[in-house]
Amino acid sequence: MTLLKLIWEFFLTGMFAIGGGLTTFPFLMNMSQKYGWFSAEELIDMIAVSESTPGAIGINMATYAGLKVSGPIGGILATIFLVIPSVVIIWAMLPFLDKYRQSRLVDGIFYALRPISAGLIAAALARIMQISFFFPSEALLGPIHWLAVVIFGLFFGLIRLKPQIHPILVILAGALIGILLKL
Amino acid sequence: MYRQLFTTFFKLGLFTFGGGYAMYPLLQREVVTEKGWATEAELMDYYALSQVIPGIISVNTANFIGYRQRGRLGSLAAVSGFLLPSIIIIFALFSLLTQFSSHPIVQHAFSGIRLAVCALVLQAVIKMSRVGLIDRFTRLLFIVTMLVILIFSLNPIYIVIAGGILGGWVRLDRDAA
Repeated sequence: MTLLKLIWEFFLTGMFAIGGGLTTFPFLMNMSQKYGWFSAEELIDMIAVSESTPGAIGINMATYAGLKVSGPIGGILATIFLVIPSVVIIWAMLPFLDKYRQSRLVDGIFYALRPISAGLIAAALARIMQISFFFPSEALLGPIHWLAVVIFGLFFGLIRLKPQIHPILVILAGALIGILLKL
Repeated sequence: MYRQLFTTFFKLGLFTFGGGYAMYPLLQREVVTEKGWATEAELMDYYALSQVIPGIISVNTANFIGYRQRGRLGSLAAVSGFLLPSIIIIFALFSLLTQFSSHPIVQHAFSGIRLAVCALVLQAVIKMSRVGLIDRFTRLLFIVTMLVILIFSLNPIYIVIAGGILGGWVRLDRDAA
């Protein structure tokens, strides 16, 4: 049953996650909340692993999440079903490609979907920041983990100053600081 | 030919970190310069289109190029070649990580990594906002999306569907006016 749900969720994600990069992240966050297949912390770890390994982030995350939920078969099927909608959609629309590209309607759809994609990722980000910056508590927000906030601020400053820095370097620096400070 | 499509995209999947834009320079060399499967302009078109089609950008690009060479089977060869390295590497890493995940050093490392990831994701949101938040309407959509997700934990699918309809309607309405 879980495997069927997993396949269905990834199929839907492949159909509705538009734009690449981290766009599957909010969909995975939704799975975590709906089914409890993995915790939000595990989801952040998945992003880290997916950004530090070769291949597209969305694909790596699907493989990782599928493995976590249903073992090797889950890993393979989650990845395949993530890809199926886009493969079929492209096959179906290839004859109308030029029309699609020039269509005012399509243009309008993406005019609205771009800010929505950004908003979806921002909301998922707010959740992982809540976990990282506040100690666990009964209240909505627990006591603030100041050291974590400061380290985050340093990383963010570094990325703003050197936007071309490779994400792997930032992630490695995170690991190093985590070990040195025993976070 | 199928084997060439498979191995070329296997190589691309193996040597590009991050997919999407990170893959472009390597794709350009392999597909345009070495194999001559597409011209520079065609590749740019595929890339632009891949961003406005559901799914992963680099997978969509592989699909376009494979299809143009050898139809549906060609696109399957290219796409599966691209997916395979990811699957193999994540499988290997996953068993390694689960084995050592309870080790204190690994736990400290991941606590630090999570903060780095937060910063990287924030940067991604800022970059996307620069492209997508171009007027009052799009800024409003961004804020409403965030609030609806945070307050109601709604499935993102519904927002994407509603947003697509709203965007198409607004554009056609403005055209008519």
